[in-house]
Amino acid sequence: MSLWSLSAQSSGHLKVGEPAKVAGARGAAVEAKIPVTVDPGFHVNSNHPSDDYLIPLKLTWTSLGALEGGEVTYPPPKLEKYEFADKPLSVFSGAFSVTASFKVAANAPPGPGVATGKLRYQACNSNTCFPPKTADVSVTYQVQ
Amino acid sequence: MSAFHFSAVLSTALALGLFTAGCGGSVEVKAATLKPEKERKTAPDFALKDAAGKVVHLSDYRGKVVILDFWATWCGPCRIEIPWFMDLQRKNRDRGFEVLGVAMDDEGWEVVKPFLAELGVNYRVLIGDDLTAQMYGGVDALPTTFLIDKTGRIAAVHVGLASRKDFEDGVEQLLQAPATVASSGAGEPVVSLGAK
Repeated sequence: MSLWSLSAQSSGHLKVGEPAKVAGARGAAVEAKIPVTVDPGFHVNSNHPSDDYLIPLKLTWTSLGALEGGEVTYPPPKLEKYEFADKPLSVFSGAFSVTASFKVAANAPPGPGVATGKLRYQACNSNTCFPPKTADVSVTYQVQ
Repeated sequence: MSAFHFSAVLSTALALGLFTAGCGGSVEVKAATLKPEKERKTAPDFALKDAAGKVVHLSDYRGKVVILDFWATWCGPCRIEIPWFMDLQRKNRDRGFEVLGVAMDDEGWEVVKPFLAELGVNYRVLIGDDLTAQMYGGVDALPTTFLIDKTGRIAAVHVGLASRKDFEDGVEQLLQAPATVASSGAGEPVVSLGAK
């Protein structure tokens, strides 16, 4: 069995929680759940914002290490109405998880490694918005 | 421009006093949340480029009432206020009033110009930089809007989406006020938005 752990940094009005530990083996499909928390009273745009001008939440991988894939699945967004928008906006707020699906490379060497990524987001509250920020995300893994 | 430094801007807005004096004039103006004249500090001068590449200084506008609006294209609340500012510009530009927008988009004119064209923005917009943002206390929260009196001093700060009436009343009050010379504040730090 292999031991995976996930860790991430936080900045601005969004935090990434403690890593979820997952196990995998060569050739195995594994998922990593990235816990994210948005500060109370704030929201971030979902991965598919309601308007083109809004900056989406987006996780991208910068290095996969011995992993392959890394397809990201976002949770269902919330539709929330704010004073500054005519229609409800597609947002994430509170606590949620972003899931990344990997496959351990068939020729992955046994041992630990780290996949790294960036979570870009842009936060607002009911009447104020804050510049887009990026949180570093890292998935630590061990191939056995 | 990723280095806007976060500042507790609300504290400054809350720190501004209420101006309740009645102003004589033909238009009845409800007292706006303007800082008393003696407490106003000089707005920092800056040199930023407009869409035509011309360097614009805030000091070019001395003698006029100015709305200085820090905004960004990705900022929903900013998009609500901009049409208000367009109306104010249209109604008051012949009375010694100007709106100056300072766009804080990292992508600069590439995204700002299309936006201005789409909305038909009728006032001058500049591309902001970190230095200017720092001079104004960080300006991390958008919109952040300064009302500047005829002598170049900051009469009010609105952080976040404000009410249209607050802007209208504030501008009218400043337009009706005589352009008295500030007895203090020049050369001092204009605003300390950062509470940390």
